Formats: sequence, C-alpha cells, structure tokens
Amino acid sequence: MSSFLSQEVPLSWYLLLSAALFSLGVVGFLIKRNLITVFMSIELMLNGVNLSFVTFAHQWHAVKGQIFVFFVMMVAAAEAAVGLAIIIAVFRARATLAVDRIDLMKL
Amino acid sequence: MIENLHLWYIPLLPFAGFLINGILGRRLPKWLVTIVALLAPLAAFVWVLNAAQSIYFHFVFPYAPRGPLGYGTYGYVPLPHVETCPLAWINIAALHIDFSFVLDQLSLVMLLIVTGVGFLIHVYSVGYMGDEEGYARYFSYLNLFLFFMTVLVLAGNALVMFVGWEGVGLASYLLIGFYFQKKSAADAGKKAFIVNRVGDFGFLIAMFLLVANFGTLTFTEIAAKLGMDPGWNGGVVTVIALCLMLGAAGKSAQLPLYIWLPDAMEGPTPVSALIHAATMVTAGVYMVARAHAVFDHSPFALSVVAIVGAATAIFAATIALVQNDIKRVLAYSTISQLGYMFLGCGVAAYSAAIFHLMTHAFFKALLFLAAGSVIHGLGGEQDLRKMGGLWKKLPVTCAVTFVGVLAIAGIPPFAGFFSKDAILYAAFLQGPNGKILWLVGAITALLTSFYMFRLWYMAFWGTSRSEDAHPHESPWSMRVPLVILALLSICGGWIGLDFSNGWGNVESWINMERFSGFLAPVFGARVAAGGSGEIELYLSLLAVGLAALGWLGAYLVYGADNGLPARLAGAFSGSYRLLANKYFVDEFYGATVVKPLLGFSKYILGWVVDVGILGGLAWLLGGIAMFTGAILQRWQSGNLRSYAAWLAAGAAVVLIFMLVPWTTVWPASMGLIWKVAGH
Repeated sequence: MSSFLSQEVPLSWYLLLSAALFSLGVVGFLIKRNLITVFMSIELMLNGVNLSFVTFAHQWHAVKGQIFVFFVMMVAAAEAAVGLAIIIAVFRARATLAVDRIDLMKL
Repeated sequence: MIENLHLWYIPLLPFAGFLINGILGRRLPKWLVTIVALLAPLAAFVWVLNAAQSIYFHFVFPYAPRGPLGYGTYGYVPLPHVETCPLAWINIAALHIDFSFVLDQLSLVMLLIVTGVGFLIHVYSVGYMGDEEGYARYFSYLNLFLFFMTVLVLAGNALVMFVGWEGVGLASYLLIGFYFQKKSAADAGKKAFIVNRVGDFGFLIAMFLLVANFGTLTFTEIAAKLGMDPGWNGGVVTVIALCLMLGAAGKSAQLPLYIWLPDAMEGPTPVSALIHAATMVTAGVYMVARAHAVFDHSPFALSVVAIVGAATAIFAATIALVQNDIKRVLAYSTISQLGYMFLGCGVAAYSAAIFHLMTHAFFKALLFLAAGSVIHGLGGEQDLRKMGGLWKKLPVTCAVTFVGVLAIAGIPPFAGFFSKDAILYAAFLQGPNGKILWLVGAITALLTSFYMFRLWYMAFWGTSRSEDAHPHESPWSMRVPLVILALLSICGGWIGLDFSNGWGNVESWINMERFSGFLAPVFGARVAAGGSGEIELYLSLLAVGLAALGWLGAYLVYGADNGLPARLAGAFSGSYRLLANKYFVDEFYGATVVKPLLGFSKYILGWVVDVGILGGLAWLLGGIAMFTGAILQRWQSGNLRSYAAWLAAGAAVVLIFMLVPWTTVWPASMGLIWKVAGH
C-alpha cells in the first residue's frame, strides 16, 4: 500500500490549477478597473497557459511544450516592458489609471 | 438596276443638326447656328429630291439613254423601295421586326412636303425668331422634329412609325412649351402631350392586335395577308381599324381629342405652321392612308372615319366663326381641314385625302406664316379686334394672305379648290349617306370661306383699331418663304389636272386622275360607281358658289366698319356665346375627366396609396431598422472590456459545445422533456 505522498500528482490536478489560474485572469481582466491590475491579470492568464504546457510536456516526455513556455515568458517580459512604459505614459498624460476613463478614442 | 438610295440620310441629317445645335448651340455664334439649322433640312430636302429623281428621271426624260435593262442610265428604282437596317431590331420567336424604311409614291409625296415646307419654315424662323432668347434651342427642336417626322413618314412598319409618332409628339411638346416661363405655354404643352397619350393608347392596342392576328407589323405584309383571305372582314379588323383611328384622332386633332390643338398656339408661330398645320397633325391622315388595307376590310370603321371627319370639319368651322385670336381662327380652321382629310379617307378616297393634305400644307403654312408676319409686325398682337387697315403697312403679307384665303376657301384655280372638290366629289358618290357627308362638307366649305375672309377683312381692311401700334413689314427672310408658299398655294392644285383629253374637255381635266394615278400603286386604282365628269363639274360649280357666298357674307359683315358684327352677336347672343366658348367642351372635359382624375390622383392615389400605403410601408421598414439598431447599438459600446467579456463568453460557449458529449446528452434531455411534458 503506497503512501499518498509517494504517488505522483495526477495530471488533472495540474490542469485544474491551470484552468483556475486562467479563469482568475479572465475575471480579473474583465472586472478590475485599475490598468495595472488588468495587466497583472493578463500575466496570470499567460502563466495559467504556461502551466498546462509544462504539464503536457511532462506527460508526453516531449520538450516542445517547455520550449513554447520559454517563448511565452519571453513575450510576456517584452510585453511587460512595453506595457508598463505605456501605463506610465498614460498616467502622466491623464493622471488616472482607471480603464473606463481612458476612452479618448471613443465617440 | 436597283440602287441604294441611302434613305437613312433623310432623317439623320436633321438629327445631326439637332445634335450640333442642341449640344453646342449656346456656345456657337448665331450665324453658325443659323447655317447649321438651315443646312440640315435643306440637305434632307435635296436628298429627297435625289431619291425622287433617281426614281422618276426616265419619266421626265423618256428619251434619255437607256441602260442594258431598258431603264434610264441614271438609275430606275422600282417602288416600293425598301431599305432595312442590317441589324435585326426585334426578333422574338415568330415575331420579327426590322428597322426598315420604305419609299413609295405616298411617302415620297409626304417627304417632299415635310422637308420642303419644313425648310421654308426654317428660313422664315430665322427672321421671326431672330431676337428671341433660346435661338439655338428653338432650331435644335425644329430639326429634331424633322428627324422624327421623316422617320414617321419613311416607316415600313407600324413600330418604326410609332417611334416617329412619339418623337414628333415630343418635339411638339417641347416647341409648344418653348416659352416655358409662361404658365399657359407650359400647360398647353402638357395638354397636347397628355391628350395625345389617349390616342397613342389606341395605336398601341392596334399594334398588339396586329401582332396577335397577323404576326407582323409591316404594312405591306399585313395588306398581303388581308388580301389573301376574304374572311378578314369586320370583327377584329374593325377593332384594329378603330384603335388606329383613335390614334389618328389624337395626333390629327379630331373629335373628341381635338382640344389640344387650339391651345398649342402658345408655341411660336412658325411652329404652329410647321407642326400644328402642315406636317405633324397630318400624320394621323398619313397613318390611316398607310394602313388603308385594314380600313378597306372594315366598312364600319371606314364610315366611322368619314363621320368623325365630317363632324369635326363642321364643328371646328363653326367655332372658327367667332374666334378673335388670329392664330386660334387658323387652329380651328386646321382642325376643320383635317376633318376634310379624314372624310376623304373615310370614303376610301385616300389619294384625294393626301392631295388635300398636300395643298393644305401649302396654304395653311402660308396662312400661319402670314399671321406670324402680322404678329411680328405688330409686336406680338394677336387679337383681330385690334388690327385693321394693315394692308398699307404690310402689303406683301396682305397679298399672300389673300392667296391663302382664296386657296382655303376653294376658289379656283387656287390649290384648295381642287383637293376639297376631289374629297367632296368622292363623298357624294358614297351612296345616300355620302350625300349627307357631302352636304356637311359643302356647308363647311361655306363656313370656311366666311371665317377666312372675315379674318382677312378684320386684319387688313377697314381702319386701324389700335393707336399705339407701329406695324412694319417683315424682313426678307420671312417674306421669301411667304411668296414661295403663296406660289405653291396657287399652283399646288394643278398637278392633279389631267390635260391628256384635251384642253377643251373641262370635265375630263378637272378630276384628279393624274394625282390619284400617281398614287395608284399604293392605294390601288379606285373608280367610284356612279361618278361622271358632269356630276363633278356641277358639284365644283356649286362649291365655288358656296365659297363666293361666304366671301360675300364676310364682305358685307366685316368689309366695312358698320358695327354689324356686334349687332349680329347681340341678335344671336345665345349661339354666339356657345361658339365663342367653343361649345364648352373644355369645361365639359374639365368637369368629367380632368377633375375626377385629379381628385382620384390627389385623394386616392396621393393620400391613401402614396401617403398611407407606400409611406406607411416605408415608415414601417424604417422603424424596424431603427428598432433593431437601437437594440444592436448596445453591442457597439466602445467599451473594450465588454468586448473582451463577449469574447470570453463566446470562447466559453465553444468550449462547452466541444466538451459536452452531445450524442448522449441530446437524446437523454429530449427524453426528459418528453417525460416532463406528461407522457
């Protein structure tokens, strides 16, 4: 009788966690008003997806998934750099970070 | 040797004039406009003459050198000469209609009148319209008219004729409404167009019936088919003939559709001369003559034509007795003379009708142009009561008007005498009913003589009844056409004279054998039963007597300022008012046709159909669009997060759709619903 701990964590747990992280990211993206929080929510979604990539890569003993994760992290880093710069510029121009207020393009 | 006469030049030359003056006219100098406007009809006339000479050269010069076929080397084209556009026009199943032109004796006579008189009136217009605004516009319309009129005349089938028929209606509309700033002129143009629509309806129905019954619209083929089967008599042929007659009555201003012609006098006077006297209004007569095969097979339709013609003749003549507008007198006289022509057609004397058409074109164009000269000389005055004593100031106009009046009154040897006489003689020979028609025609001749001499005396004799007028004779460009037309009005009737039996034999040369012989290939040789030269001579003497009586009457009443006209009007005040108001026909039509139609248009069509049904439908459709838009508008909030939410929701729906095993869930859930529903 093997101990609970000696057993491998089942695949579905990782996937559920990944789905939970992604859903949290979606919800945060939709309901938060602060631009930085919205930005963090996007990161959360990206990482949720990353987790499922890693999970499947482990499951199938394929390295492609892990390589893809590195790509995603790299894009996320670039996005963070550009995005934060934009956020700072927006704050300087508008003195607010509430997404509902940044609607200059709207009719 | 069959030559190609290039008949299509005849209409296309005026059309080119129309295009040049219509498009560029306003930018061209006036002399160039004049040259283009005059060259177009002149070239067409020359082309007609060319066609005529290539046909008849060997008649004129029988000893000219002959070609190998025995005909003159200058070419002899057998008539009828048909030219067809190589491209098929309408080719549907069994129905085959070509754009074809036909030159035969009938269309040749018409073409000579249309282009010849047309050219003279163009020349006259140069003087008459010289100071007018829209000089180029006027001439472009006039050339357009000649284009359509020649198409009408040359037409080899009813559909080509209809093209010209509608086209001359258009040109007539444009020229009646030439002074379109004047409401009366614009209204008169509309009236002419709308009344003609009624006639065109008849023409169209006749064409449909022809296609349905004969499968062709070509006049010669219809005549051939009618001739092959003696069973074609009455019935549908009568219906076709009556529909054609309705069309002719519209175009040629016969009862009951004559009402547009007096109003058409709103146009410039040369237009009245060309379109509303000499050529266009005779198109109805021409059409009846062209379709004579149909009428010949329906005695009933023929008698309708004769009765309508005779009734119109006397009806319009009585109205003309008391009109005071010089142009309106002539307009009613034109209606009356057209009635004569239909009378001629109705008694199957087509060549006499065409003969009268020709002489009428000469003397009525002359009279109108002379009236235009008077109006021009008086600075626009048209009221006969304000004229008088003009012979000293307008000697040429006075003289040529006298010629025209003698011609229309039927005094020999002027043109009108021969043609009117031929019609009356043909009517007299049509059995007992023909005697009545003849009597009506003879009384009309008396009335015609009276009102024409009345016009002449009122305008040119007595003392001037207007102090502030300074009449002046017209320029040469107006006088020359007047003199030419006067010569034609004198000599025009002589072409019918036949001296082959010697000069002494008056009975022989006075009948119209030569002219009807010339047209015989078209109409067939017709010899009326019971006729004799003696009867014709007596009838002509009687007609001359009646004309002289009318002259005498007019001289006694209007020859001197004796106040007799006013006393007569007072003595017969009832009939005078009836005539002066033109039998109240316009008022009658206004009350019975125009008013109900306007009411129907305004209330039923305007309010119920247009505002109610069509407008309501438009509002309903618009409302639906606006309502859906108001709902769907909320999707386009511009709020990025709501877009993202929809995106997420969409993704979720797709995910659910993919994850749920529908093949098992679906039947199960259906079964559940089935159970819940109580089964």
